[in-house]
Amino acid sequence: MNGPAGGDASYNIVVAGTGGQGVMTASEVLAQTALAAGFDVKKTEVAGMAQRGGSVNSQVRFGRQILCPSIAPGEADLLLALEPAEGLRWLGCLKPEGAALVNLTALIPPVVSTGAASYPEDPLASMQASGRAVQGIEATEVSRRLGEPRLVNMVMLGAASAKLPLDPELLAETAMARFLERKKALAELNLRAFKAGQELVGTTSGAG
Amino acid sequence: MNIALPIAGREAQLASGNQAVAEGVRHAGALVAAAYPGTPSTEILEYLSEFADLDAHWATNEKVALEVAYGASLSGVRAFSAMKHVGLNVAADALMSLTLSGAVGGLVIAVADDVGLSSSQNEQDSRYWGRFAHLPLLEPADSQEAYDMAWEAFGLSERFQCPVLLRLTTRVCHVKTRVAFAPPPEADRTGAKPAFAGQPDRLVLVPAIARQRLPVQFARDRELAAFSEECAYNQASGGGDGDGGGTGFIASGPAYLSLRESFPEAPVYKLGFSHPLPFERIREFARGLERLVVVEETEPLVETELRAAGIPVHGKDLLPASGELTATTLRQGLRPLFTDSSDDPGAEPANDPGAAPPLEPVFVRPPTMCVGCPHLGVYYCLSRFKKKAIITGDIGCYTLGAGQPWQALDCVVCMGASIGMALGMDLARRQQGDEAADKKKAIIAVIGDSTFLHMGLQGLIDVVYKGGNITLMILDNSTTAMTGGQDNHASGRDVRGQPAPELDFTALVRALGVRPERIHEVDPYEMPKLFKIIKQETAAPEPSVIITNKPCVLIEDFRPERPLAVIEEACTGCANCLQTGCPALQVTRREVEVKKSGKRFDKAWVRIDSLACTGCRLCAETCGPDVIQPLGDVPVADRAGAEVGA
Repeated sequence: MNGPAGGDASYNIVVAGTGGQGVMTASEVLAQTALAAGFDVKKTEVAGMAQRGGSVNSQVRFGRQILCPSIAPGEADLLLALEPAEGLRWLGCLKPEGAALVNLTALIPPVVSTGAASYPEDPLASMQASGRAVQGIEATEVSRRLGEPRLVNMVMLGAASAKLPLDPELLAETAMARFLERKKALAELNLRAFKAGQELVGTTSGAG
Repeated sequence: MNIALPIAGREAQLASGNQAVAEGVRHAGALVAAAYPGTPSTEILEYLSEFADLDAHWATNEKVALEVAYGASLSGVRAFSAMKHVGLNVAADALMSLTLSGAVGGLVIAVADDVGLSSSQNEQDSRYWGRFAHLPLLEPADSQEAYDMAWEAFGLSERFQCPVLLRLTTRVCHVKTRVAFAPPPEADRTGAKPAFAGQPDRLVLVPAIARQRLPVQFARDRELAAFSEECAYNQASGGGDGDGGGTGFIASGPAYLSLRESFPEAPVYKLGFSHPLPFERIREFARGLERLVVVEETEPLVETELRAAGIPVHGKDLLPASGELTATTLRQGLRPLFTDSSDDPGAEPANDPGAAPPLEPVFVRPPTMCVGCPHLGVYYCLSRFKKKAIITGDIGCYTLGAGQPWQALDCVVCMGASIGMALGMDLARRQQGDEAADKKKAIIAVIGDSTFLHMGLQGLIDVVYKGGNITLMILDNSTTAMTGGQDNHASGRDVRGQPAPELDFTALVRALGVRPERIHEVDPYEMPKLFKIIKQETAAPEPSVIITNKPCVLIEDFRPERPLAVIEEACTGCANCLQTGCPALQVTRREVEVKKSGKRFDKAWVRIDSLACTGCRLCAETCGPDVIQPLGDVPVADRAGAEVGA
């Protein structure tokens, strides 16, 4: 477990992705888990234009007392990137000893498809070249195998559970709580995605 | 890691500032709330609409919303209105006069500033309205304060008989923090049976009465100033050990939290009730300090007032007058004050990123229109008119038509402006007669359903009156889409999704005087027809209106069709389909073909993300070789687009 260094006042997470990927759900689960664990928590949200397929990020900070909701560059402990170029975009948020978990499946927007912008050649390699602990996660692949492409955020949360100073069981429980109220089958599917994410971190050797 | 400080004896939950305001309004016993959606304020009314014990609705615009709330206040009940910063510009006519007649039942106006322009056309500092309209103004820094201030504002409104402004910013509205929703002690309102009490000598603002109200307003200014000196929301903290090199700060809103983060021990005077300013308390605070720095978002407002009062301060000489004041911005901006690093309480921890190479820049990923969005067809057509037309735009999802690949909007300013600007352009060239350089260009105004009803209607009346040679396109997608899909007066549903009267655009524009043969309702997915009608109407030398009539793909009215796929072997790489801008189209290969003439032609082969595709057929309509077919009709081996991603 990569707990915060002794004396640190807070643990800081940046969740990055694109509109519609479940960035807000993932950060909500992290924030609610931290709250349930008894921490003070602050979580930033964006709305409006950002939900239309653009870059989206949400920042979660927890600790004894959290003042500022946003995380300064170079102050994040964990970067959870649901899309590789978005991971690269946010890499600068990490502390030198911070870790990044990056979904490996690229989402190509129309600005790239039409040739107006170019997608980074190998975002994961660029991230790893920075010297930070960057690990690729096949979250989209796993999600697709489970038959539901919208599970990417759950796979990523499962992968993150090993890195967080939070009880993985509590994290899984909090993640499922939102589905249990409505659909039990959906909760089970999400739990499978979460566990698959946990296993990926256990077995993948992509740490940079 | 340590566990959180408890919120004294109360159970805490995570809530956004917007939710906290809604809870505060409800717990204050407000009965009527009205708003118009606008980032970052939208969710306040959405939360309020979930409460059975008050009436919340989306008004046609912020002015109407405020007038509705004011009417309720005059009836003696507590009432509330919420809007984004530019919304208060629209409501300002009402605000600037009702401040004279004053409130009866508590009237609270939440105004949310989009500091940093996350989703707005400008950045405004709504604290000016407190000064301009002689009104008290509260500035929460987080959700707990947003809740407490929201319900306390009603009591203040009744005490001072005027509306109270609750100034929020994006970092309050859209940040979740720990908050305890503890209802205030039951006020002595329980026995009250409010009703409208006629007070014509106060409420009928003819000059003679308005003149008499001015001294009342000035007396209120003095009472508010006295209250500010004793208000518990204005509070000094920190600086016990004289830390900070004799520098003290005055801060408000979320900038206060950034300041505390950067300068944990520094003496700070926090303004919660920030207009009128508590000058005496600030003078006391300043005693013994070498210098004062005002930390405010966004304009130098407190700074200017303190200087005018003879209190020397730093402010925007060091800090930016736009955007968020983050902890990093403050540390950097205030560094010149702490030249001796030993007395710099905000010195950054040694944070050497080592020998890490600079990060590769990443392309800007702007918001896009959705897969299968009905606006895609409109903009594909409009992009074909770019050279032959001036196209004025408006505020909503369809503003994205200014971006790639369409680039089909020439100007966007504010709600409803597309129509007035279009008329002005027509009048300008009409006045120049045959000399007009752009007399052959068509003028097209593009506006959405909700924006048209908000502030476009009046423009069209003017167009008809002046016989403007413009073509207005009303993109009716049955929802206020950009702010998250709120129902409106033309969607047939109310804020709770219950059936409501549905406005008929065709009948409306006809009633405004557009001739029936110049009004067309068109399916935006039938591009050849839409294109033909745009061509025909832009040629007609009088006002025309084209109404597109398919719903937003994100609302429940939308029904997707069978997804499409590309027959890969037959794709010629013509790339026409990419000009629709649909995000479901993914390029698999690119080539540059150089024609005999030497002209370069960018070819691109595509596939379709079948999981996202709605089967709208817009791409198929543009496909040269006609090789985009419904998924089931394409042989399995050719389903180039059966899966997402790279």
